Amino acid sequence: MVAQTVDPQLIALRAPTDLNAMQAIRLPRDPRWFQIGTLSGLLLYGWLSLGFDLTGLRIALTLGTILGLQAIATWWWRLPTFDPKSALISGLSLCLLLRTNSAWLVVLAAAIAVFGKFVVRWRGKHIFNPTNVALAALVLAGGGQVWVSSGQWGSLAFFAFLMLCAGNLVVLRAARSDVAIAFLGCHALLLVGRSAWLGEPMTIPFHRLESGALLLFAFFMISDPKTTPDSRAGRILFAMLVSLGAYYIQFKMFRQNGLVLSLAACSMLVPLIDLVLPGRRYGWTAPRTSGGLCPPTTIRETAMLRV
Amino acid sequence: MHSFPRFPALAAAFTLTLTAGAPRADAFCGFYVAKADTKLFNKASQVVLARQNNATVLTMVNDYEGDPKEFALVVPVPTFLEREQIHVTEKKVIDHLDAYTSPRLVEYFDDDPCLMRMLKSMPAPASAGRADLAKDERAKSLGVTIEATYTVGEYDILILSAKESDGLETWLNENGYKIPAGASDVIGSYLKQKMRFFVAKVNLGEKAKLGVKTLRPLQIAFESPKFMLPIRLGTVNADGPQELFIYTLSSRGRVETTNYRTVKLPSDVEVPLYVKGEFGAFYRAMFNQQVQKENMRVVFQEYAWDMGWCDPCAADPLSAEELRELGVFWQNDSATGPAPRRPAPTGAQNVYVTRLHLRYDRDHFPEDLVFQETGDRQNFQGRYILRHPWTGPSDCDAAKEYRKSLAKRQREEARNLANLTGWNFDDIARKMDLSAVEAAAESGLDTKWWRKLWTRN
Repeated sequence: MVAQTVDPQLIALRAPTDLNAMQAIRLPRDPRWFQIGTLSGLLLYGWLSLGFDLTGLRIALTLGTILGLQAIATWWWRLPTFDPKSALISGLSLCLLLRTNSAWLVVLAAAIAVFGKFVVRWRGKHIFNPTNVALAALVLAGGGQVWVSSGQWGSLAFFAFLMLCAGNLVVLRAARSDVAIAFLGCHALLLVGRSAWLGEPMTIPFHRLESGALLLFAFFMISDPKTTPDSRAGRILFAMLVSLGAYYIQFKMFRQNGLVLSLAACSMLVPLIDLVLPGRRYGWTAPRTSGGLCPPTTIRETAMLRV
Repeated sequence: MHSFPRFPALAAAFTLTLTAGAPRADAFCGFYVAKADTKLFNKASQVVLARQNNATVLTMVNDYEGDPKEFALVVPVPTFLEREQIHVTEKKVIDHLDAYTSPRLVEYFDDDPCLMRMLKSMPAPASAGRADLAKDERAKSLGVTIEATYTVGEYDILILSAKESDGLETWLNENGYKIPAGASDVIGSYLKQKMRFFVAKVNLGEKAKLGVKTLRPLQIAFESPKFMLPIRLGTVNADGPQELFIYTLSSRGRVETTNYRTVKLPSDVEVPLYVKGEFGAFYRAMFNQQVQKENMRVVFQEYAWDMGWCDPCAADPLSAEELRELGVFWQNDSATGPAPRRPAPTGAQNVYVTRLHLRYDRDHFPEDLVFQETGDRQNFQGRYILRHPWTGPSDCDAAKEYRKSLAKRQREEARNLANLTGWNFDDIARKMDLSAVEAAAESGLDTKWWRKLWTRN
């Protein structure tokens, strides 16, 4: 879901070069490979072990369509090379989240995911996370034919999930871990606060926090470095807004898909947040010259995770 | 279902309290309480939720068989209810829905292998065998408001709201609804969510006048965006896990829980023939085994089907009148009479039924069930297959091959049954007389000449 980009070449990016502390680590240069691996693993686990309502044909259709559309977009927008990584991440995310009986709606979701990032842009940056906008649009306007099975992960998968997600954070070089952590912190605070106010046992908010869907959202969707605000303060503000919005949808409107809808709504505020709290734009790949992997500002967090 | 402990089941939604010393009773999502601290428990309850958009009709099945004086029901409801929003219906409609959605056995008969199928279905056992002014004053002093008082059928019903859970708890206790310790916090959390309490007791006079022998299911109709079922009150003093069957009637498609995993019950599995004689025990053991396998943390989907038809049918689909009785208000007026057993050319009745089954307690299901309606209309049923072997005379090469494949197939059926139910494989094999089948297969195809030379020692 996350990790969509127009193409790294389109982004003016200067990765920092003084990365002594991380030089020893040899991880893929582009964190998207790790994301693809993680999402594929989760998909296989969900499909084969948890019995997700998916067929091999549906997976093939989703991935095939999204790669085909990415190829079309590459040609239409005259991108220098065809880069399947972001499209693949969107495709895998749609397989994990989007449920429908209609193959046409799968194709439409793939089209919204791929073309959305080329069409809906502001100052050279796409506004919406591709998977998120596809899900939000179809959940709202799909006539009830598209849904997200947020209970599909159960809670036993929690630890496996947590490990994968934490690993993902490392590989993302903690570039946007702040947004995931701020979101989870704020979300946990709201859930625990609500239960404390209602006099409910803490098993209730903990049960809600153990949701696989929540972790997937936190580590793979809201933390998309391409669509989050550029500055740290902006990202933390953004995470809090998404969390509050999701709370409102779930506990005041009593509607499903609070996280997805809230993220889509708050994404529209990102240009404004970037205006007020400017920061450096993110790019997926950093030049190898230094052999470094991390922007200097993130070393502290990465080290923390490894402890 | 008959396969579950046949406790006098009172299925109601949310909370059940008994005032007097009933020897035992069930709670639905409810607790039962006895006056003299009698241990009360209940294991199986049923509810029907008919819903389109925010409009919901909840039917709470009640097959309580104890002393009617001792029956009481306390249910948190999201809105105030007018008299017209409360109804009493007949249990037979829910029995029909239960039979229609039950897991089923199907039988196939092998043909003469020398020549080289008939389908019969058998429904599973049906499920779940399964001084007013002063009063007002006192209520007011406790912060409890009696918002309305109705008599509906054989029931006296109150709609209560309260400022504090302590006040409501005191009032309920003083008025004969003995609330167990620990319920106060749960009541308090519902009150803070601006929920009201629907409280029902039996009006003995009305009951006698109506000539009602067993208490009938209560229904409430309300409009609320909350698509949920409060189960927390029922777990407060439950004696062990409880069973709950939820039937949803929707217009778009299958319903699932969003805060718990919904898992399809294993289906389309071939099982030994003797299961026919003990299908109830089989179903119960299978459900136990699946609950254990999933650590009692999932909701099982047992049936999901367009109400317009069935195949095979454990019972006829519900008629338009029955569906309307259960709260299906969105049907075409033209849809009358019993529905067809096969797909209706007219596109059926625009009603999709989902049957969910869960075993729950406070530790494994800490929060209330929240549902969503999906657009999924892929039909699903719990279906178990019996395949009768050919027993007629046959003597040809194909028959030898058939007997060999039969032995293999029956071993597979035994393994399926052991996996599904957790029963011992050897016991199953003995019951099936598997060794005899295998011996027959072997004798027919034995090509090892030395086996015929000496008798085995």
